[in-house]
Amino acid sequence: MSATKLSAPEQTVPPRPTPSLRGRTLPKYLPPALLGGSAVVCAAALYLLDRWNPAVWAILAAVLYTAAVTVLSAVVENRRKAVDRLVTSVVYVCFTVAMVPLVSLLWTVLSRGLVRLDGYFLSVSMNGVTPSMDAGGVYHAIVGTLLMTLMAAVISVPIGLMTAVYLVEYGRGRLRQAITFFVDVMTGIPSIVAGLFVVALWILLFGPGHTNGAAGAIALSVLMIPVVVRSCEEMLRLVPNELREASYALGVPKWLTVLKVVLPTALSGLTTGVMLALARVIGETAPLILTAGSSAVSINANLFEGQMMSLPVFIYSQVRMGGAINYERAWAGALTLIIIVMLLFLAARLVSHFFAPKTR
Amino acid sequence: MAKRIDVSGLHVYYGDFLAVENVSMTIEPRSVTAFIGSSGCGKSTFLRTLNRMHEVTPGARVEGKVLLDDQDIYSPDVDPVEVRREVGMVFQRPNPFPTMSIYDNVIAGAKLNNRRLRKSEADDIVERSLRGANLWEEVKDRLDRPGAGLSGGQQQRLCIARAIAVEPSVLLMDEPCSALDPISTLAIEDLIAQLKENYTIVIVTHNMQQAARVSDVTAFFNLAGTGKPGKLIEMGETNKIFTKPEKKETENYITGRFG
Amino acid sequence: MTTTDPSTTTRAPRGRRRLGDVLFAGGAQGSGILILAILAGVAAFLILQSFDSLAANTANFFTTSEWHANTREEPAFGVAALAFGTVLAAAIALVLATPVAIGIALFIVYYAPRRIAAVLGYLVDLLAAIPSVVYGLWGIGWLVVQLAPFYAWLETYFGWIPLFAGPVSTTGRTMLSAGIVLAVMILPIITAMTRDVFLQVPQAHREAALALGATRWEMIRMAVLPFGRPGIIGGAMLGLGRALGETMAVAMILSPSLVISWFLLQSGNQTIAAHIALQYPEATGYGVSALISAGLVLFAITLVVNMAARFVVSRRKEFA
Repeated sequence: MSATKLSAPEQTVPPRPTPSLRGRTLPKYLPPALLGGSAVVCAAALYLLDRWNPAVWAILAAVLYTAAVTVLSAVVENRRKAVDRLVTSVVYVCFTVAMVPLVSLLWTVLSRGLVRLDGYFLSVSMNGVTPSMDAGGVYHAIVGTLLMTLMAAVISVPIGLMTAVYLVEYGRGRLRQAITFFVDVMTGIPSIVAGLFVVALWILLFGPGHTNGAAGAIALSVLMIPVVVRSCEEMLRLVPNELREASYALGVPKWLTVLKVVLPTALSGLTTGVMLALARVIGETAPLILTAGSSAVSINANLFEGQMMSLPVFIYSQVRMGGAINYERAWAGALTLIIIVMLLFLAARLVSHFFAPKTR
Repeated sequence: MAKRIDVSGLHVYYGDFLAVENVSMTIEPRSVTAFIGSSGCGKSTFLRTLNRMHEVTPGARVEGKVLLDDQDIYSPDVDPVEVRREVGMVFQRPNPFPTMSIYDNVIAGAKLNNRRLRKSEADDIVERSLRGANLWEEVKDRLDRPGAGLSGGQQQRLCIARAIAVEPSVLLMDEPCSALDPISTLAIEDLIAQLKENYTIVIVTHNMQQAARVSDVTAFFNLAGTGKPGKLIEMGETNKIFTKPEKKETENYITGRFG
Repeated sequence: MTTTDPSTTTRAPRGRRRLGDVLFAGGAQGSGILILAILAGVAAFLILQSFDSLAANTANFFTTSEWHANTREEPAFGVAALAFGTVLAAAIALVLATPVAIGIALFIVYYAPRRIAAVLGYLVDLLAAIPSVVYGLWGIGWLVVQLAPFYAWLETYFGWIPLFAGPVSTTGRTMLSAGIVLAVMILPIITAMTRDVFLQVPQAHREAALALGATRWEMIRMAVLPFGRPGIIGGAMLGLGRALGETMAVAMILSPSLVISWFLLQSGNQTIAAHIALQYPEATGYGVSALISAGLVLFAITLVVNMAARFVVSRRKEFA
């Protein structure tokens, strides 16, 4: 509307009324109030029917709230807003549903694992312990897990890192595409298949029936290499091209540029990536049952001779035995394993926090 | 130690695309030559062929000849890495190495090439280069701090110090001030005036006043048309280019009338 | 100095090569090729070692359900029931996990307050880092106990649906339990992928929808979901690949039998991966070779699923 028209009051055409910007909306306090109301109503109903169960209560309350808020919104507001509120409730429910297993898993592992997790459990093996005896620990499994994971890292990190360097710095054309594609495919190899691969390889090399830590480590590397390639590739791509050019312009050959400019700049990211890859393979069970054996009970620090126990396989074999004491050992072993994984996660965070290139 | 550059019949390609067509020019030692022209006219591309930096881009190649004094830098037995030691470069955005201290940044050329330096020798180079880049007084007390902690203008001078520490004979500058504030720009321009005592300097700039202030010779590049390759239109004494250009295109560009 | 006409000579892109460059580039390329070789090796060794038992097998490998392989005389075994169980478990997991994963991704990207969203993203990563054997332990030691009464209820009221027909397993160690645990395990994979595509929806698309007066849900339906569909499909297929190959959770939870059964609430069925893990320690005769044959089938299935997933995801990249 122009100013001249406003200044002409004698105009005969009545001005179009400005549409109101205020629709009818539910007051802000209503949804939380409804949620509280639904919770109380459902609790009361279940209590009166003598069918109290927290899970049922939570589900009923969520359904009741969703229905109430949608209907109210449809009546007071409009259909479109009602649908919006319905979806919002559903999304929140989805999220809550996903939190249930996480919280319950951490809580059960923590509460049941602490029963048996102590200095004794961490410092002795299962040597000479019969399955139902109230004794024994995971020391041999920790040794095995650390040794096999370490060897897997020693194999995978150089191969993975150099492949990432190839993909980012050198790769061209078909070969690059093929490697990128098959690294992705390799990420999806089932862990048990990686184990079978080493079994097949070992039969060919040493004849049937040979299990040792090295076989386990190689199976783990098959799973670890693609993860290392992916994360290292991502980190190397983050290094600005300007730094490479600055180095070339100083008359530095390409390989020294990669070695002394690109890799150091990406170092903290690379370390983080490797640690997360370690966290992933340290919990692998299936390939180790096939390659490193599932019945070792004593400490074996030799990767190339005899069966080697690991924490995940320890948990599995205790569960297979099935007694109450075995479950106690399994929960404590699971807690130990989760703590190691968390430590790796934490270390990865610290590394990326403290060793990132400084600006002042 | 400054050297003359002689370019004859140079074409630059990206794959099959001809980016710069048939450039011939002579760049005198101990002078400042400015390349001006609108964006995308190939002046930066051409600059990068003078120390074979364009080869970093996949598919880039050239035809023609670039003589550094009497040596063709494109002759088959020439190592591009050696060329770049002789012809240094400063980039549009300051790019000190983030993992290195100020001190290490300056001697990066030697360090990255695994050359062993005695401590006193290294100290000498650092001080000489930083003085050469007019930065010594500002940073002499914090040489062990990260180079990325300096201001933009200081970082750019650090990059110049790093470039002259390897003692090149030519210094290429690709819009060295476009990311800097006016005061830092002035500092860099003063520095360029000093550096031309010892080096052959080639500078690409978008800023015509800057070209007029710092250069002895100016070369004007332009596109023959959309999708056509860039060309060298005119080259001559800066004074003459800015007052009495021979070509109509140059005059239009300088007076602000395009096309 | 040469006197050839410079305009006619095309220069080689580089002059002589340095030893360091040659070695380093060669090492990098060699590593890449080594990875291809490892992958080829996995396939080759599995095929090589499975020949032995497949040649001796007296039953049809693809249509038989029984598993009599631990012998040197007339082994008879097949993957029919195993392949069925594998696909069934993965399908249950996928059906349960995908909608929830989309919901979580929407929540993290569009509903949660920014600061909380970062923490939530971290929690999802954490969920992904928990070892599968711990999920298995949680499933057998806690979840199945909670689920058993629910199954009884399900059978009482929905028993007329064949899937939920009784008699219900009293231990809760059923296909549905295994599927639920698998769903929890693949949830973070699908969520992460879906969240990434949602974050890439161009701001302009979303603002265009909002500027037309759309509610948040209408904005998501108009701008986000169409853009993110290939990412969601790709993520779901990656999750499917993981669920197909997952061993421990199934091996620990399911009380197995080698039959083809649609009854999710009864014990029965078995997956390839779990079968291998359970049978391997006791394998004799043609046993190991037969298990390798089963592994080969699993490898082939997951390979197809993963390649299809990557194909879908990479198509999205081209169009984005």
